[in-house]
Amino acid sequence: MIQALAFYLFAALVIGSGLLTITARNPVHSVLWLILAFFNAAGLMLLVGAEFIAMLLVIVYVGAVAVLFLFVVMMLDIDFAELRAGFARYALFGLAIAIVLVSEMIIAAGAWSAGSLELAQRIAPTPNDMPNIQAVGGLLYTRYLYLFEAAGFVLLVAMIGAIVLTHRARSGVRPQNISEQVKRRPQDAVRNINQPSGQGVEL
Amino acid sequence: MTEFFQSTFLGYGFGWFLATLLLILFIALPLMLAVAMIIYADRKIWAAMALRRGPNVVGPLGLLQSFADGLKVFLQETIVPSAANRGLFVIAPIITFTVALIVWAVIPFGAGMVLADINVGLLYILAASSLGVYGVILAGWASNSKYPFYSAIRAAAQMVSYEVSIGFILISVVLWSGTFNMSGIVEGQRGQIFGVINAYGFNPLLFPMAVMFLISALAETARAPFDLTEAESELVAGYQTEYSSMSFALYWLGEYANVILMCGLNAILFWGGYLPPFEWAPLYMVPGIFWFFGKLLFFFFVFSWIKATVPRYRYDQLMRLGWKIFLPISLFWVFLVSGYLMLTRYSA
Repeated sequence: MIQALAFYLFAALVIGSGLLTITARNPVHSVLWLILAFFNAAGLMLLVGAEFIAMLLVIVYVGAVAVLFLFVVMMLDIDFAELRAGFARYALFGLAIAIVLVSEMIIAAGAWSAGSLELAQRIAPTPNDMPNIQAVGGLLYTRYLYLFEAAGFVLLVAMIGAIVLTHRARSGVRPQNISEQVKRRPQDAVRNINQPSGQGVEL
Repeated sequence: MTEFFQSTFLGYGFGWFLATLLLILFIALPLMLAVAMIIYADRKIWAAMALRRGPNVVGPLGLLQSFADGLKVFLQETIVPSAANRGLFVIAPIITFTVALIVWAVIPFGAGMVLADINVGLLYILAASSLGVYGVILAGWASNSKYPFYSAIRAAAQMVSYEVSIGFILISVVLWSGTFNMSGIVEGQRGQIFGVINAYGFNPLLFPMAVMFLISALAETARAPFDLTEAESELVAGYQTEYSSMSFALYWLGEYANVILMCGLNAILFWGGYLPPFEWAPLYMVPGIFWFFGKLLFFFFVFSWIKATVPRYRYDQLMRLGWKIFLPISLFWVFLVSGYLMLTRYSA
């Protein structure tokens, strides 16, 4: 009973906040509704027993991706009127995408329920006494090792690309050289002299 | 306790609900009291190191100072700036406070004394602490005032940066203990060194991680010397400048609850949690909760000590420390620890 209540609560909140994401007038509010949708999707993951995926969803999407998203949206000077002016132009295109998505979902769900026995068994592919974090790790690092590493390389290339595109060497700046500062000793910087009066100071 | 409630007339589901609710109050209320006393302790330690007296007027030795402050704040008028984004302005402190409380669900106070003994406990803590950023960013943005916004950006960048290296530090602990469960991590430290000392911190491979975690914890909770989010000379008072009354108090409570949590995490991850320091039978006469709180308070003293003695960093130095020093070292350390374990523990 409690699980069913929790499921309907999370599901309703996902759908509701998803709707508000696209209808909210203020883009910052949109991002915040999106974050609420992510968070409740994590709750749904918990209910199907995928606690590892749920935590990853919160850490990666809510904790990292959405924060950057929120940053960008807060900094941007967005003209709301201009944003809304394009709505009619893209409405048809958006509708087409929506139809494709819905029909694909129906096909996938149909194939799942009408599928052979092997497909149905994938609902619970792990032994019950094994935490799914171990199950995921066991598969990722053995059977899918090359795919996993290839994904890592793709991310590395993307990161290097982003750095190369945004990095520029500026001339005329004097960056702090910390190791040089730490290496400095008092005798390099301070002199004790007994200066006779009336002779001026050597600088 | 859950079984007791389930065996009464309440039945399985409702009994579980009521028992969990009571246990949550059992953690949250003492935590609020602890926050009040720890603020007092913080001020006293700070004052003693500056050769001052600190709070000494309200109650014996000033012990009731925090309660007096709380009462004062409670009686103040709640002011919402007219240009502020009203809804978010009110929600932001609630997010900070809630997130600071929910993390405590997975903290083991003693053997078996944990509200939610989930097998992804450490990931839960990471997830919850990554939510803490929102309370700060929203406060800065919703205030519609430039200093809180600057401070919120500083705070968010700082928290996100240090979460990266904290993640890698935690991974090296998890690799060593082989579990994400908090109680499992504590139990894994039993007899860690020569079968006598119960702490990962004395393990030469994990000691550098313990030091880095302590420093990262300071940065994550924006304590001195990394308290750039409320650098008074630059930003008035940080992201909570526009807040007053209870909404300000929620930030106050949430921040200190996070500080206590980080002290507790130091104790749990590296210094044996609720286990006594040595594997010696008479030491087990003392309940585990006392060892845990003793270690927690020691780390809080270290936090206050650092606050009283170390000058504030500059922002670029803070970022340099996080990205150019902590991140490469912790990344290398994950490699080192896993390589060592591969050669010794899993070589067969």
